[in-house]
Amino acid sequence: MELEVCVGSSCHLKGSQDVIAELQKILKKYELEDVVTLKASFCLGRCAQGVTVRSDDKLITGFTPENAEDKFLTEIYPFVTF
Amino acid sequence: MRKFDTKVQYLKYKVLREVARAAFNDKLLETVNDIPKKIVSGKEPTMRCCVYKERAILSERVKLAMGGDSSNPNVIEVIDIACDECPMGGYEVTNACRGCIAHRCEEVCRKGAITFDRNQKAHIDKTKCVECGMCAKVCPYSAIANYKRPCENACKVGAISMNDDKSAKISNDKCIACGACVYQCPFGAIMDKSYILNVIDMIKKSENNTKFRLYAVVAPSISSQFTYAKLGQVITGIKKLGFFSVVEAALGADMVADSEARELEEKGFLTSSCCPAFVDYIHKKFPDMVKHISHNLSPMATIAKYIKETTPDAKIVFIGPCTAKKMEFKKPEVHPWIDSVLTFEELQALFDSRDIDITTLEEDVLDNASYFGRIFARSGGLTDAVKQAMKEHGSDFEVKPVSCDGIEQCKFALLKASKNVLGANFIEGMACVNGCIGGAGCLTHGDKNKAEVDKYGKEAMEKTIKDAISQLK
Repeated sequence: MELEVCVGSSCHLKGSQDVIAELQKILKKYELEDVVTLKASFCLGRCAQGVTVRSDDKLITGFTPENAEDKFLTEIYPFVTF
Repeated sequence: MRKFDTKVQYLKYKVLREVARAAFNDKLLETVNDIPKKIVSGKEPTMRCCVYKERAILSERVKLAMGGDSSNPNVIEVIDIACDECPMGGYEVTNACRGCIAHRCEEVCRKGAITFDRNQKAHIDKTKCVECGMCAKVCPYSAIANYKRPCENACKVGAISMNDDKSAKISNDKCIACGACVYQCPFGAIMDKSYILNVIDMIKKSENNTKFRLYAVVAPSISSQFTYAKLGQVITGIKKLGFFSVVEAALGADMVADSEARELEEKGFLTSSCCPAFVDYIHKKFPDMVKHISHNLSPMATIAKYIKETTPDAKIVFIGPCTAKKMEFKKPEVHPWIDSVLTFEELQALFDSRDIDITTLEEDVLDNASYFGRIFARSGGLTDAVKQAMKEHGSDFEVKPVSCDGIEQCKFALLKASKNVLGANFIEGMACVNGCIGGAGCLTHGDKNKAEVDKYGKEAMEKTIKDAISQLK
């Protein structure tokens, strides 16, 4: 599975870089590094709604380093296929 | 606030704007012949001998705005009927010469080219004169004038000569498409071909970015342009034109600085590959030096490649100050990544063709790159960035750079390097004086531009190259 984190200007200024760092830690923690690849994307089109992550066809907005683990577990993890 | 430096730019802009307007309205075919009359509507000529000649030249400009002569591979073209066939005698003594007795001109001339007639008036022997200009500098009456054509004077690679009919001629095997002549010709007789129709076509075909996504990659020199509005408003304007997103080419510059530093350490000697006119110049004039050109793609192509690799349905238009980029994007190694190239002049024309007044728009944000990526826009910036990258890598390799500001300085550095007497290990080559901010496609050129670029650089959220590119890995 691929996770795309938006690094467009707006998300970048809202700290998408820290979100990426956090997601990397989370993937490591749950030993998902081989199944989930993390990529950057230039603008996912949800500029006003906080840092956006695309998981398959779903756009999840409002990521912060603090809520990244919660969001990952509730909105992304259930859809991870092994 | 001024939008352009010269009336030639303004004229060119009006043509581009009208062509773009017609194209956006799907009326180009029916109305293309009316455009010259629309621009020169009166009966009194304001530029040439008569309105008919003005219109004839305008229809040539319309052709260039529509892509120009497709049989000519160069993007820089002469409009022969617009060429005023300026005299081209070089240095000549004018009748302001008073026949003084000091004869400074004679003293300073190393070639002994100055003689005097019975009235002590100076004459220049053309067979001896090497056009150094020293005599003109020392004459207390400014009596020696340079009748060199502005285009030839601007062209530091010697690509401009004269046709039999005295109109200017560009040798494609020497021209590096820097655009210096385009900006300098006082009659606007040399123009760069425009790909605005190409871009408008993409905007339409993307159907509001549903068929594919259209990205604008903007050069960092944009910070010195559109000074009558805020940068954020320009970004909103670009999106309003139909672009999905705007990305800084400066992020590509960060990536280039990072890998160029590694390449330099590995090879020990390198010339930069960012400026397409400089790269072209090495190929044409210093073929032996080609092996030293950095293998990195330019920042434009690097960031575009990255976007396309992560976003398969992306199409990318580069917007910058540069006419040579219009040549670069056609190269086989760049073409897959860049779909078209616009200049800032053309962007202004596109805004106005859609009646987008950017000063009334909200401010959007543009932030992808670091300070170092952003200062690529001015001479010396690339060198600073490569040094910084070397430092960030923890390398102790000593960068001994030479920053060449303008193609003349590039020539000297390359000449020395080819004879192994340069005493430096990195050549930063910029074909335009002051770097990209001096580019021919800039709306305005001024002393403040460098300060603007530095200011914009300091506004970057990321202070180091490593931070800026870490998110991409």
